[in-house]
Amino acid sequence: MSTDVSVARRRPAKPSATLAAVFKWILLGIGVVVALVPFVWMVSGSFRSESDLFHNPASLFPTSWTLHGYIGVWQQLPFVRLLVNSFVFAGVTTAACLLFDSMCAYALARLRFRGRNVAFVLVIATLMVPFQVTLIPVFIELFHFGWLNTYQGLIVPRATSAFGIFLLRQFFISIPAELDEAARIDGAGHVRIYWQVILPLAKPALATVAILNFMNLWNDLLWPLVVTSSPTMLTLPAGLTLFGGQHVTDHAVLLAGATISLLPIALGFFFAQKYFVAGVATTGLK
Amino acid sequence: MAPSILILGVFVLFPILQSLYYSFFDWTIGAVSQQFVGFGNYAKLFQDPQFWNALGITIVFTVVSVVLLLALGLGTGLLLLRDTLITRLVRSIFFFPTIVSLVSIGLVWKFLLDPDIGLVGGLSQVFGITPVHWLQSTSLALPSVIFVDIWKNVGFAMILFVAGLKGVPQERYEAGRLDGAGTWQLTRFITIPSIRPTMLFTTMILTIQSLQVFDLVYVMTDGGPVFHTDTLVNLLYRDGFVNFQTGYASAISWVLFAIIMLISALQLKVFRYNDVD
Repeated sequence: MSTDVSVARRRPAKPSATLAAVFKWILLGIGVVVALVPFVWMVSGSFRSESDLFHNPASLFPTSWTLHGYIGVWQQLPFVRLLVNSFVFAGVTTAACLLFDSMCAYALARLRFRGRNVAFVLVIATLMVPFQVTLIPVFIELFHFGWLNTYQGLIVPRATSAFGIFLLRQFFISIPAELDEAARIDGAGHVRIYWQVILPLAKPALATVAILNFMNLWNDLLWPLVVTSSPTMLTLPAGLTLFGGQHVTDHAVLLAGATISLLPIALGFFFAQKYFVAGVATTGLK
Repeated sequence: MAPSILILGVFVLFPILQSLYYSFFDWTIGAVSQQFVGFGNYAKLFQDPQFWNALGITIVFTVVSVVLLLALGLGTGLLLLRDTLITRLVRSIFFFPTIVSLVSIGLVWKFLLDPDIGLVGGLSQVFGITPVHWLQSTSLALPSVIFVDIWKNVGFAMILFVAGLKGVPQERYEAGRLDGAGTWQLTRFITIPSIRPTMLFTTMILTIQSLQVFDLVYVMTDGGPVFHTDTLVNLLYRDGFVNFQTGYASAISWVLFAIIMLISALQLKVFRYNDVD
């Protein structure tokens, strides 16, 4: 903790403080091992053969490396479809969310119209209701539209998010209105103010919304599981879950699938960690 | 803003009302006529042992995981508060499981805990202990799933606490030290009271998320063995999308909503009550 470290620094001779620091780092070291080992085991397991897994369960690394897990993923699963579906679902939905959420947020932050407060309260209210409440009626709506097992069924109902509207509205409000005035004097209308003044200034907020949305959609299980049932429309998490229970029993194959599905998120985290942390810390969503 | 309002209207607001409407019917998808049963579904629910079982498991899951997550999140947050290269690295490592899909995590832990191939069983064999069937045991399955949930979310709680702890004014610590307070006293009498809003926020978020637990259970145990890890959303999914008892599943979703509102209100009250003293 910050206080005990600064105490330790000021009085380095005191043995109990040194002891506390040692104890602290031992605890944290154990934590790091517990946090990392499952991922190491997952990646290494995806390169191991069945017999290696059964004969050396205590080993963290393969005794001999094999690619059969990665080959099996392509052969035993409709893996390209799963991957494409996941990218289309998470990518298109995130893009649509950014556009629609920011438009709605602009209207709520900058336009004066009757019913604005009602609209804002309704947006906030939808945040309170658990997703599961709307799941069944939305399923029936999609059934009537004939949208089950389609991309539009997966994407359209998720193409706006109340939390995104809320977050962006708060951010837009913090942008000084004088900038709008200046643009208006130059002859800009609302569309140009939105597109050329507000959006460029809101890049950090947009990045946060984009990353949180993409992560949630990419990782989501319940929604794709409900909307899609045909193997050609499943996303990666849904596909891994369903095939893992039935057709595919080879552990390395499933671990390879899990490793690949983790890659885009891990890469994103590596390069844009601050947006992940900021997004999660400010919204409490993950 | 028209598209957003349209989407929220068609796919969120209207379904909320629709769901309440369904819950008063013995609704089955595709049936010619739907029979109105009033509060029949709710009455049936409260006599259904499956429902009480799922409710009990969901509450145990929530209480245990939230309490432990608060403690561990605050603990790691305090230990890693200072911004040095190494604390930042450790924070990233702890946070990483938060952003990984529950499906991947559930799958990996299911295999890790497998007594035949898993590292956990393998290591226990090295120490001469017979590998345990964690997820097949009626008494160990729920604790195992709770453990994995905590493992995944410690970093999440930690990030929220670090953000809150950084907001505590340094002068308070200076004042405390002048009064001769030690580390423990500073934590107890300055840090903890100062981060009460963070505590409230974290507690509520974790509680709401835990009450809605589904993915992890679905992947690791699918509610088994013999319903010993069957949570409310698991039950809802099974009744709504496997058995197609739409009305009944809608009633479950409204009970879940009511429980979430009730517990959130209770937590708001408890924390505000503490603010008075």
